[in-house]
Amino acid sequence: LIGLFVWNLQKRAVRQIPCKFMHCFGVANKRWITFQHLNFLKRMYVTQSSKDLSQQAKLKPDPVAHPVLEKKHLGQEKTVTCELRSVSPLHPPLSETSHRKDLATAVGAESKEKQWKEMKLQLDDLPGILARLSKIKLTALVVSTASAGFAMAPVPFDLTCFLLTSIGTGLASCAANSINQFFEVPFDSNMNRTKNRPLVRGQISPLLAVSFAATCAVPGIALLTLGVNPLTGALGAFNIFLYTCCYTPMKRMSIANTWVGAVVGAIPPIMGWTAATGSLDAGALLLGGILYSWQFPHFNALSWGLREDYSRGGYCMMSVTHPAMCRRVALRHCLALIGLSTVAPLLDVTTWNFPLVSLPINLYISYLGFRFYRDADRSSSRKLFFCSLWHLPMLLLLMLTCKKSLLESEDKSNHLRNHSHTVEMGLP
Amino acid sequence: MAGAAPRVGRWWLGSRRGFSRAGGGAGRLAAEGPVRGHKPESPASSFCPPACSCNDWIGPPDRHSNLRPIIFHIPKNESPLERKLREFRQETQIWNQQFWASQNMSFRKGKEEFISSRLKAKGLDMIDRTGQKVTLNAEEMADFYKDFLSKNFKKHMCYNREWYKRNFITTFLMGQVAFKRVWKKLGWKKMKVGN
Repeated sequence: LIGLFVWNLQKRAVRQIPCKFMHCFGVANKRWITFQHLNFLKRMYVTQSSKDLSQQAKLKPDPVAHPVLEKKHLGQEKTVTCELRSVSPLHPPLSETSHRKDLATAVGAESKEKQWKEMKLQLDDLPGILARLSKIKLTALVVSTASAGFAMAPVPFDLTCFLLTSIGTGLASCAANSINQFFEVPFDSNMNRTKNRPLVRGQISPLLAVSFAATCAVPGIALLTLGVNPLTGALGAFNIFLYTCCYTPMKRMSIANTWVGAVVGAIPPIMGWTAATGSLDAGALLLGGILYSWQFPHFNALSWGLREDYSRGGYCMMSVTHPAMCRRVALRHCLALIGLSTVAPLLDVTTWNFPLVSLPINLYISYLGFRFYRDADRSSSRKLFFCSLWHLPMLLLLMLTCKKSLLESEDKSNHLRNHSHTVEMGLP
Repeated sequence: MAGAAPRVGRWWLGSRRGFSRAGGGAGRLAAEGPVRGHKPESPASSFCPPACSCNDWIGPPDRHSNLRPIIFHIPKNESPLERKLREFRQETQIWNQQFWASQNMSFRKGKEEFISSRLKAKGLDMIDRTGQKVTLNAEEMADFYKDFLSKNFKKHMCYNREWYKRNFITTFLMGQVAFKRVWKKLGWKKMKVGN
């Protein structure tokens, strides 16, 4: 009996040290990644989103009126409340007879000529072009959520597996984003948010875009299937299919695209978890559920400010066709986040600290969701959108800090085993 | 294959002029009839690529369609497959231009009509005291956006199907052309090595 007890102690001691080390390393690593990703997100969205939400479609001014305006590719669109010319586009400006206007026309003509670009692939620009084609910032976000899934899995941290998962997921995301842009060229041209994409500007040919997507997808999925496990590879391949062949065409057919898109966003953390554990556990589905619910306040709030572009471009979005439902769904999923955070300790993913420490931020986003539901205006939609940007990294960070320690769960299972063993030994 | 002297390529300007009117321009013309509903092009956009260039050229976004026009280069020894690709791209460009120009035009027209009818109902003028045109905010425009989207739904469905088909065909033809070029190069290299 004593021998058994001593042997057990030794076993535990041997396992404790490497596991503890790996666990700390893993947690520290994830914290660093999430912190970086938080800052990165802030930078990305603060520069981009103000453009998204403050632009309004307006009639493009004639070169005669504003020769300089044409040169602006990036930068914020100013909200204009007046027409620059009183002449409607249907009636050609036949009244231009003054010499001054002719001169201005000549200047405008020259500047327009300069805007013609040769469609020759510049190798120096290629990395930047491919980064924009693959939506590298969104890819980084996707890889972060997959890393979070990996870190939350209740197994010792494996650096090689982690790196292979991250690279594989990143490549799959690049491929999916490239195909998405390949499909959407004329639509992207007509929306202010997307009119500077590489295919729209002719910086890269569609053939090259598709080839790039294939060069990312094949090694990416192969890496996940062969280097990690077939389940993760299958999820990656399925996600590419879901995003490119379901979500992208559905954007123009039915409002159900938002739900499909939410699933697309939920799969990466599930992939991270399955990469670590090799199986689809309840914990994986919980993480996926959190990401799924988060998509709604995030996207519905963003789409509120883009209704004009969506309507003109033929996109079927809830914010245009069913505005009340749009706000209701956003609020519903804000509240769902509170529920899901409470389920986390029940599934042994986190300790009971997590629902408590995450309650303030979950309540805050729910409050903003309620304001958006009630007020239905630009200001409340913007507040909700910006909140969602820091809410997700913060939630994942809190989750990581409250992760159920491997030792605790092992101790629990060992203690139970010991107890049952001693009971067995005690029996005559 | 590559000559020492710079090649004087021909340019299919009919494609670009097809944005406003058919006819005229160097080289071959598209088989499209006159394009209705567009004002004559201003001299500002009568751009001609330099003679020494043998690539396509892409321009600034069109005022009406927001699509960037491409001027296609016609190489001296254009193969039938290359010609097929170029003509298909030209045709797609014109078709796209027509759709989006008319779409954007009808959106603007509908929007103006909606704003004027709403303002009339409120008893307000179209132009305010400072001489600027009065507009409605996004919340007030929401009914128009919803209405416009549902009215144009079928049109968009047809466009989407056609666009996906054309996009695939264009890319497939590009792949074929690229493959044939590589094959040719390899074939000549083998001949050189053989000699």
